[in-house]
Amino acid sequence: MLLRHTPKEIKERSALAINPAKTCQPIGAMYAALGIHGCLPHSHGSQGCCAYHRSALTRHYKEPVSAATSSFTEGASVFGGGANLVSAIENIFTVYEPDVIAVHTTCLSETIGDDLPQMTDKAKKSGKVPEGKHVIYANTPSYVGSHVTGFSNMVKGMAKGFAVNTGKKNGRVNIIPGWVEPSDMEEVRRMATLMGLDIILFPDTSGVLNGALTGEYKMFPDGGTPVADLVASGDAIGTLALGEWCSADAARWLDTQCKVPCTVLDMPFGLKATDRFIDTLRKVAGVSVPDTIAFERGQLVDLISDMHQYFHGKKVALVGDSDQVIALTEFLASIDMKPVHIVTGTPGNKFEKRIGEITAEAGYKANVKAGGDMFLLHQWIKNEPVDLIIGNTYCKYIARDEDIPFLRFGFPILDRVGHQYFPIVGYKGGLHMLTKILDLILTRTDRDETEEKFELVY
Amino acid sequence: MPSSAKKLVNWTPTDIKADMLAKYPPKVARKRASQILVNEALGNETPEISANVRTIPGIITMRGCTYAGCKGVILGPTRDIVNITHGPIGCGFYSWLTRRNQTDASAEGAENFMPYCFSTDMQDQDIIFGGEKKLQAAIQEAYDLFHPKAIAIFATCPVGLIGDDIHAVARKMKAKFGDCNVFAFSCEGYKGVSQSAGHHIANNKIFSEVVGENDAEKPGEFKINLLGEYNIGGDGFEIDRILKKCGITNISTFSGNSTYDQFASAHKADLSAVMCHRSINYVADMLETKFGIPWIKVNFIGAKSTAKSLRKIAEYFGDPGLTARVEEVIAEEMPAVEAVIDDVLPRTKGKTAMLFVGGSRAHHYQDLFAEMGMKTLAAGYEFAHRDDYEGRQVIPGLKVDADSRNIEEIEVKADEQRYAPRKTSEEMAKLEAAGLKFKEYDGLIPDMDHQTLVIDDLNQYEAEKLVEIIKPDVFCAGIKEKFSIQKLGIPMKQLHSYDSGGPYAGFQGAVNFYHEIDRLVNSKVWSYMKAPWQENPELSATYVWE
Repeated sequence: MLLRHTPKEIKERSALAINPAKTCQPIGAMYAALGIHGCLPHSHGSQGCCAYHRSALTRHYKEPVSAATSSFTEGASVFGGGANLVSAIENIFTVYEPDVIAVHTTCLSETIGDDLPQMTDKAKKSGKVPEGKHVIYANTPSYVGSHVTGFSNMVKGMAKGFAVNTGKKNGRVNIIPGWVEPSDMEEVRRMATLMGLDIILFPDTSGVLNGALTGEYKMFPDGGTPVADLVASGDAIGTLALGEWCSADAARWLDTQCKVPCTVLDMPFGLKATDRFIDTLRKVAGVSVPDTIAFERGQLVDLISDMHQYFHGKKVALVGDSDQVIALTEFLASIDMKPVHIVTGTPGNKFEKRIGEITAEAGYKANVKAGGDMFLLHQWIKNEPVDLIIGNTYCKYIARDEDIPFLRFGFPILDRVGHQYFPIVGYKGGLHMLTKILDLILTRTDRDETEEKFELVY
Repeated sequence: MPSSAKKLVNWTPTDIKADMLAKYPPKVARKRASQILVNEALGNETPEISANVRTIPGIITMRGCTYAGCKGVILGPTRDIVNITHGPIGCGFYSWLTRRNQTDASAEGAENFMPYCFSTDMQDQDIIFGGEKKLQAAIQEAYDLFHPKAIAIFATCPVGLIGDDIHAVARKMKAKFGDCNVFAFSCEGYKGVSQSAGHHIANNKIFSEVVGENDAEKPGEFKINLLGEYNIGGDGFEIDRILKKCGITNISTFSGNSTYDQFASAHKADLSAVMCHRSINYVADMLETKFGIPWIKVNFIGAKSTAKSLRKIAEYFGDPGLTARVEEVIAEEMPAVEAVIDDVLPRTKGKTAMLFVGGSRAHHYQDLFAEMGMKTLAAGYEFAHRDDYEGRQVIPGLKVDADSRNIEEIEVKADEQRYAPRKTSEEMAKLEAAGLKFKEYDGLIPDMDHQTLVIDDLNQYEAEKLVEIIKPDVFCAGIKEKFSIQKLGIPMKQLHSYDSGGPYAGFQGAVNFYHEIDRLVNSKVWSYMKAPWQENPELSATYVWE
């Protein structure tokens, strides 16, 4: 057994986190910043943070992840990291020539109270920021929130750093996709394009973290949200923020500061959430929905109806990030699967409340925990076994020990590919997700069924 | 003309160095110039390189931090210690199972905490009011849940800044439990200039808190410690297989596939064999000073190096039976190795490699490439010190700078009861006269060809330059470097984690490595990068039958 020390009996823990279902804020800020075209993320702290975040993102995407660090020494930790940041900014613009440096803090620089606005201002005043180049920033202390809130803070940093309200609306709609895969961001844009819309999508990691092998290395790939779009977001006619945890802060900032009205939606996973997304987008943009989208929707309904008997009543243990887990719980419940154990590592009582509402509507009560960990999830599974585990790669240890089919979902996925290429948002994404779930469930049936009951046709 | 378009024949190493420095601001260029060396080593003259110096802010380094070196590298591979990271969640999360240290916990009742991540997950109120209470509660919860024989505490950056006394908490809990050793490491990420400081902090603490705790005699003959072997991809398993076959007893590996008891019993060995000089040479020194165990440098990377290292160990013990057995094992193992070399050599001979990894591997792996007829054009370490480049003779002259001053040094004296020289001074003198060298390591530079490049703390910009200008057939570094190199169409082999391969140590490991490098440098995939219409964009075409 890999997790041989995990007991079935659950004891309350107040201090020790075991097998966390979250990581820290700065990596979220780094991921978000990679979704700006020509941007180099910068970690203001000791160099280990940057090395860890780059490694984790690289293992997840199998792509280069460039980011710089202030490389704090003990001296900088005592006297402040201002000099390190200013020289980092000078070196970065000289050597790597990005258009934007997106600085985020760490627990180290936050604990000593480094003042980012004052430091970046000093860099600008002393001529370290070339004409036409930008430095934006976000505060992301690791001891608050999780990687998800770090992402949210950097997305808000983009709005704060760039958005301008000229007083003249540009007719475009902002969509903040939240922490999803490059493939999902691409799919959001595809759906909007089908509706005839030229949206402002930020951040946008498609084309950055799912790149091509051509023999040429571009430190700043062609993808990513252009700075001009970020500036124009202040003149948009509305913002759709997908995910309360990931995207709402930036949208609300644009609402209050730039008078861009915002709507906060769930991530568009599955039928109902995608319906709400398309319907809201239609109304905000004032366009009609083309038949192609209605047809894609119909295909998803068709698959649900065709294979409903295999989904119905299947118990699921689900762990991941708040916005993703809420949307997926609703999707699974809508096809009569039963997510019975649900954990997110990110704190926030609203999560438990939302999940409670979804499962109550489906007619059952689930074990649910915000700020929980995978040790607890495993213990719940030992007490009430499930048919499927859905979560990041670390779940494979539980899946193997308990011999349960396992669907990789969320962050990080360190041992498979596909997430960067094939979306799970929208109707197409729903088809993709259900195909994978079905494959796991039926492969298990094929493995376990007796010879006399072995089926050719499902 | 862009630099990449020039042909290699036009570039001297001095040109390449100048090109790498050209774009830097003057201060950066000066500093990097002292860390980039065109190898002029001749005879006994080894040129000086600047190493173990600060990373430059903003320059994209390959290095990690002190916490990573301490918790990730040194203590990570020990399966029966509960390792609790005291800090916000990230550090514990990132060092959770990511280093591919394998461990054999198949014995009945064996403990294995390596698949677990333990953290105090500090929140803002812990930063404001102090985290000691939470740490104490976390240790208690770990003890109640698992009853381990040892619990280790690792400090992350904010812990040092807010002044949590982790050592006091550890002492208190150790006294409270009575049957569980609790010890703490002040390995905050901002200390030192690289992972190396973390190795030092880890090793010192293990030496002072654990080594010598178990005085029970260990069974077996020809007892050694294997120091600086981390069992990445199963290297340690292969080395243990060979040692066992020779009749040599490895009682303690620091720290691959290791257990608490191995550390506690290390003083019962009669020889320390050092693999990774950088991470652990000082432990070998301390074992000698305190317990009288001599040490030699070994290298099990490369079939010939493995044979040489086995012979060195046999020479030390001076037992005719052991010497004969070692020769038998080498004779038994080598034919399989040679058969694979014969197979791959026509495809690998004359190809070129670059190695930028670790504090020893960039040196050790050159032996494997040499066995395949491949030449190393450039190499360097991420976190090494000058002695790893130039040899141990420079150690007395190394200055302690501001960044190393606060890394704890421990004073070790001969143990009053247990110090016992394993050989008399006459025996040692005789062995030395016969050519066996103790406490000796000549470093990387003397082993590299004239006019090759030796580069300390290589960064992303310089790596890209090197690859564009020299176009090696394979580039070796870590995960962060892997895909930017491969985008340039050059295969990249991870030599920290071996991608998902290994073992590469010992005889079977050498065979694995030859196959892997053959696969990489002769892969068809590098020929697929251009579409037919990109290679031949003209529109008119003729049919083949015309």
